[in-house]
Amino acid sequence: MAEAAAVVAESLAGYRARAARAVLEQVVLPGEELLLPEQEDGEGPGGAGERPLRLNAGARSRGRVVCGPGLRRCGDRLLVTKCGRLRHKEPGSGSGGGVYWVDSQQKRYVPVKGDHVIGIVTAKSGDIFKVDVGGSEPASLSYLAFEGATKRNRPNVQVGDLIYGQFVVANKDMEPEMVCIDSCGRACGMGVIGQDGLLFKVTLGLIRRLLAPDCEILQEVGKLYPLEIVFGMNGRIWVKAKTIQQTLILANILEACEHMTADQRKQIFSRLAES
Amino acid sequence: MEGTMQTETKIRAESGIESGPRGPSCSLRHFACEQNLLSRPDGSASFLQGDTSVLAGVYGPAEVKVSKEIFNKATLEVTLRPKIGLPGVAEKSRERLIRNTCEAVVLGALHPRTSITVVLQVVSDAGSLLACCLNAACMALVDAGVPMRALFCGVTCALDSDGTLLLDPTAKQEKEARAVLTFALDSVERKLLMSTTKGLYSDAELQQCLAAAQAASQHVFRFYRESLQRRYSKS
Repeated sequence: MAEAAAVVAESLAGYRARAARAVLEQVVLPGEELLLPEQEDGEGPGGAGERPLRLNAGARSRGRVVCGPGLRRCGDRLLVTKCGRLRHKEPGSGSGGGVYWVDSQQKRYVPVKGDHVIGIVTAKSGDIFKVDVGGSEPASLSYLAFEGATKRNRPNVQVGDLIYGQFVVANKDMEPEMVCIDSCGRACGMGVIGQDGLLFKVTLGLIRRLLAPDCEILQEVGKLYPLEIVFGMNGRIWVKAKTIQQTLILANILEACEHMTADQRKQIFSRLAES
Repeated sequence: MEGTMQTETKIRAESGIESGPRGPSCSLRHFACEQNLLSRPDGSASFLQGDTSVLAGVYGPAEVKVSKEIFNKATLEVTLRPKIGLPGVAEKSRERLIRNTCEAVVLGALHPRTSITVVLQVVSDAGSLLACCLNAACMALVDAGVPMRALFCGVTCALDSDGTLLLDPTAKQEKEARAVLTFALDSVERKLLMSTTKGLYSDAELQQCLAAAQAASQHVFRFYRESLQRRYSKS
């Protein structure tokens, strides 16, 4: 019996929480615990004897650390709940400890407040529209949430239309609600998306990559053909070019961008630019 | 007798390698896993253990019927389809075991009133089927991005008529064994999540099998880590 216990002990040994700083940009798995920078001092081998004396022992040296997607608070540590690369962003203004999050690849969208998404109107019931955004339930959109809409001047929205809007209420306990105006009442590009064009679905990670500030893919695509493009954070892209063929080519390129390396992409773009 | 059995367990557990030929010092069979191979489900994985192969697809968190919704957590549904024939009672009982394991690990409280569906299809069965289903379900849940508090794996042990312990038995070894035990273990502290056993065994043998399964599970988790790192290194 003792030997069996020894075998088990060997296999369990070597597991302990790692410092978040040490694991940045590496793949983390669900179930791992990460230590925040303040706690590392106490957990190290010589920590107890070497910590400097502080007058206010309870205050943290760095402010609040924000725990982003893929991480949960578990006691005073971070528990990883999704598989992906751990990322960190330093705070801009110096207060707070920055944001930690896990960059994971996913197809299914979960509504988040403030996200701009493309939805499809599925039903009109009374004063609200039911919009399918790809989540677990349809979002509701009031007819007054459009620029210049009043009770007499209703917006022209039919079932099957595409809507670009943002979430004002999106949490796990309530039905998501979206609007097509900002807090000042201006549309800012939101509302019903026009006729024609093509709507297709990609993974959420690709959308985030395309919307990053210095994305080359988008600049190269813009040089190819004149186009209109709308990105929804729920993985939907609407694209429209002058002819149907150009629209289809753009849709195929964007879908394939996920799997191509930068060189392959440049080859394809140069070939298309010639023809 | 007790002493010899314990030593044998120790030998078998220490020599467990994840990809090696099956010899008299028993080891786990060769593993292979592929993720994101189906286009429709939100997450999918195919897990191979030797010749046993299971394909898993996960949909969720998605809409749920009002009759099945739970107000404070996600409804987890598991469907297991055999290779030939219609699903029967054995499949139903395996579905329930897999569902209980998944519910212990998935953070359902983050997605109340939604449904998470796991569909498993047996592609080939050459022993240790339930363990392979558990592994495929875990990889598919990770691929779908369902929040989990730990990873889990399945390990099967078979006890021979003369008391030798075999990990990851083939179909022939399972048939000739006097007891077959399957355990589901979690990745954080190798705790036992689910156990299902068939046959005759003593209390001491159960503890030995559990210890051997816990030692073998670290190889499975190492394989998970390697395969997930490979997947994310491509992007």
